[in-house]
Amino acid sequence: MNKAISMLSIFGVAMIAALAPTAAFAQEGGAGELTKLGLAIGAGLGIAIAAGMGGLGQGRATAAALSGIARNPGASSKILTPMIIGLALIESLVIYALLIAFLLQGKI
Amino acid sequence: MEHFSWFTLVGLGHYDYIWGSLVVLLLIILAGLKIKSALSKEESVLPDEKFSIRSIFEILTIDFLFDLFTNMLGSRELAKRYFPLLGATFFYILIANLLGLVPGFSSPTGNFNTPVACALVIFVMYNYYGFKANGIEYLKHFAGPVVFLAPLMFVIEVISHFVRPVSLSLRLFMNMTGDHMVLGVFTNLVHYVVPAIFIGLGIFVSFLQAFIFTVLSAIYIALATSHEAEIE
Repeated sequence: MNKAISMLSIFGVAMIAALAPTAAFAQEGGAGELTKLGLAIGAGLGIAIAAGMGGLGQGRATAAALSGIARNPGASSKILTPMIIGLALIESLVIYALLIAFLLQGKI
Repeated sequence: MEHFSWFTLVGLGHYDYIWGSLVVLLLIILAGLKIKSALSKEESVLPDEKFSIRSIFEILTIDFLFDLFTNMLGSRELAKRYFPLLGATFFYILIANLLGLVPGFSSPTGNFNTPVACALVIFVMYNYYGFKANGIEYLKHFAGPVVFLAPLMFVIEVISHFVRPVSLSLRLFMNMTGDHMVLGVFTNLVHYVVPAIFIGLGIFVSFLQAFIFTVLSAIYIALATSHEAEIE
């Protein structure tokens, strides 16, 4: 885990170092190359992290609901309704991140 | 991506969502008239044997929605009192979402204005019901549990109250738009059989989003009209 984080950070710094000479030249308007790079990376990373964390959260909710149904199969309909509500609320947070990703991607 | 719509044949190209809303209202009114005429016959105490629109309506409203609102709001009288608003919300959003899956139409809820309108109606109405049920003591909800924390709690509660219509509308709008875009992208990839799975996903998401909107509205109304507990 620590190795992965350190390798990822080295890669990120290397990318920024490779593209820093681009920023040394004049940056034209709002559609410069660096701006487009920033917007694209921001949109992609934003929705990727949001979808991953959303998936983790929904997995935990579904696991709790399934263990409840396994203990008490007669109560499965009373467990299912709050589970669906919980899943939709978690998913709505991912949808907010998707909205920001769309707004960023529209400006490229 | 370009989208063909039936309204361009009649010459009304823009404002698809307004005409879509009118189609939804027309469908609901026609279904309502048919169900009313089926319910006012003599033998309407017994359910229908065949699968008719009246039986769909009865399953959705009496079995599903009425029990749901009784659980959320606490009693059958309250569920009956607030049923017109919540039931209309459910049916309008359901039919509006499902209209987007018909080829040639796009969802009225896929444009940003319609979910904002629905959420604003719910926002105004739950505040109105809060004032009607509790009087001026509805404002004590904003003060929090302890009196001397009132200024801080007031700001937090007002912000969370104003976020509610925003979250309701954004959730509905983005679910419908994202679903439509996913369907479009996959139809561009594989033209023939595979998009049927995404239309199935679209039906599921339509039901789910209408359900979530209605359940959250019922919870907001229940929170607003709850009388303070006699303890403490």
